[in-house]
Amino acid sequence: MALLQISEPGASPDPHQRRIAVGIDLGTTHSLVAAMRHGVSECLPDEQGRVILPSAVRLLPQGRRQIGFDALAAQAEDPENTIVSVKRFMGRRVDDVAGREQLPYQFEDTPGMLSLVTREGRKSPVEISAEILATLRQRAEDTFNDDLFGAVITVPAYFDDAQRQATKDAAQLAGLNVLRLINEPTAAAIAYGLDNGSEGLYAVYDLGGGTFDISLLRLTRGVFEVVATGGDAQLGGDDFDRALADWALQQASIVVRSAQDKRRVLVAARAAKEGLTDQEQVTLSASLDAGALQVLVTREQFEHLSRGLIDKTLLAVRRVLRDAKVTADDVQGTVMVGGSTRMPVVRRAVSELFGREVLTNLNPDEVVALGAAIQANQLAGNSADGEILLLDVIPLSLGLETMGGLVERIIERNATIPVAKAQDFTTFKDGQTALAVHVLQGERELVSECRSLARFELRGIPPMAAGAARIRVSFQVDADGLLSVSAREMTSGVEAAVQVKPSYGLSDDQIATMLREGFASAESDMQARKLREARVEAERMLLATASALQADGDLLSSAERQAIAALEAALRQEASGEDADAITAAVESLAKGTEGFAAARMNRGIQQALTGRSIDSV
Amino acid sequence: MKLDDDDFSLFGLPARFEQDGAEIAARWKALAAKVHPDRFAAEGGASQRLAMQWSLRVNEAYQRLKDPLKRAAYLCELRGAPIQANENTSMPAAFLMEQMEWRESLDDAKGSDAILALDRQVAERERALLAQAGQALDERQEPAQAAQAVRALMFLTRFRADIDRRLETLDEAG
Repeated sequence: MALLQISEPGASPDPHQRRIAVGIDLGTTHSLVAAMRHGVSECLPDEQGRVILPSAVRLLPQGRRQIGFDALAAQAEDPENTIVSVKRFMGRRVDDVAGREQLPYQFEDTPGMLSLVTREGRKSPVEISAEILATLRQRAEDTFNDDLFGAVITVPAYFDDAQRQATKDAAQLAGLNVLRLINEPTAAAIAYGLDNGSEGLYAVYDLGGGTFDISLLRLTRGVFEVVATGGDAQLGGDDFDRALADWALQQASIVVRSAQDKRRVLVAARAAKEGLTDQEQVTLSASLDAGALQVLVTREQFEHLSRGLIDKTLLAVRRVLRDAKVTADDVQGTVMVGGSTRMPVVRRAVSELFGREVLTNLNPDEVVALGAAIQANQLAGNSADGEILLLDVIPLSLGLETMGGLVERIIERNATIPVAKAQDFTTFKDGQTALAVHVLQGERELVSECRSLARFELRGIPPMAAGAARIRVSFQVDADGLLSVSAREMTSGVEAAVQVKPSYGLSDDQIATMLREGFASAESDMQARKLREARVEAERMLLATASALQADGDLLSSAERQAIAALEAALRQEASGEDADAITAAVESLAKGTEGFAAARMNRGIQQALTGRSIDSV
Repeated sequence: MKLDDDDFSLFGLPARFEQDGAEIAARWKALAAKVHPDRFAAEGGASQRLAMQWSLRVNEAYQRLKDPLKRAAYLCELRGAPIQANENTSMPAAFLMEQMEWRESLDDAKGSDAILALDRQVAERERALLAQAGQALDERQEPAQAAQAVRALMFLTRFRADIDRRLETLDEAG
């Protein structure tokens, strides 16, 4: 009788059952949200029809906020409290921020990452980013007049673990269920590849407002395999503005000191830079407290100023080609992404390196969000049988500090994620009972030149002679590109394991507190929110179970089927009630009760993958 | 199919050195498509944990199978001749001599052309050693000999990494 479960209406997602999943490009200069509508990926506009949301947040007194265009308009008048390009501060310390003297902010080093001192007190870049994400979440919910099931958030491929973790924290703070963090160039490749039916080796050159990525991807029948990636997480359009601003001030012999003036010069420089995309010369002008600034800039002059920055990107391109063991000739096309690739000098330089014209037939601002939305739709289970697969890589090597301040690499850059690797270490003193583990990310051999991700101690090692203990340190990078590390002493049978998840954003407690304070949503009733989320989870679990039974129910005995059916019925019962904790518990029970079934299905999938590929065919 | 099957069984390939790289890649993609956590994102925690375990295993096997040196080392281990590079450091004198000469040439090399010429020379030796290892494994069934070739190859890999670093430094200097 339980066999009839498979015809549950929810088993195959029909249009009314579709879960709303969005792709969000959280950019340095501007952010966008996109979703699949009527079978195509589209950027969602605000009430005025604008799809772009400037990544600008102005903190007003009494906890009020201006976000987007309004904030941008106020940046010169209220620079300290109007945060733009916050992405450059994610997961960073004050020392990491290049050119901070010219920025109108007051930075402070706080545990984990820097803070900005504003009229609202100290603000973490995670909190500021969460404001932008919450605005986009609201826009999407208004568009669909429904709650979101989840979101795919894009990050620069070259973001390290601290920056990725900070981005995920921000999304959580904004009340978003993160289906996956994906890399911006990979997202662009999805949108591009699916549109153009492309196959072969492609490069994605992504120069945004604050970050630069270069990725090489092999496209084959819906599989987007990242072969190698590289870049500079602190290089983008902002740096071109700053180079131009510095030069103009020097020409006019003006020294700026106030936050307002600093911001005005940068705004004027950006306008001049954009003007030079179509014009041969423009006048950079700003009225400053320090005097009127008026400087004529020719395109040639600007290109001269940009040369060093562009060369840095080309260096990264060549390194990626070397990493992938290919030459520029092997690359079939180079897709240009990011607003900064509108600069003619950038297009020319990249075309020259690859020996062919770059591809600019898509909107460099929108393509990342569009690709993310396609992936989000798939991860939400809306597309019948996952037509695309992303095989992405880790951008920077991961390792441990060993004797003498050296780094022992555990996972090499460009390894396909998810990836795990363990390495054994030993003690170097007799009777040593503790071991300090220092986790690092980067390509250099010295600890001081890599980024420190986490430190922890393994304690309780039984006293042994030096070199006798065998301590296995395991690294695991998940499909979001996030790392977790554990250590265990193997010889004694005594288990002393530590689990760390480097978090440079906020602790789970901090996030919980902020959510309680009602930051993430206007919703004051957290209980109602909790209940709603529990019900969404219940529905998700029931749907997943139903479609699993439909696909592979024949793997189960009738007794097993009945057991699962009973758990489903119990969950359905709870879900119609009001007790969020009871729903969550019933979801857990169903998950536990279907573990064996999940394992059997996985085995069947693996067998199927290789059918038709007999051993003799090699 | 079990998580602790050897890499070759997992990929449905014969356990030998000689392999078709394109076939390995195709099998990896077919397996990855079945077990990637993205495929289970809309399902419960149990499926996702399982998918994660299998993905890790499939990616690990792929890393070992696709790289000829790692594949050779893995086969040596399967056949009872583990590499244990840290305990088997004695190499033939002639080999060490050649290493020293190469290192000197690298130190003396002035431009990228000279370094690239050296790299080609080392790559040539690498191919010859890989062929030796392959024959020892596939034809002569002499894993211990193959292991010796693998240890030599590990020196060459390190040396070529140093060459890459030098080239990169030159590139950065413009």
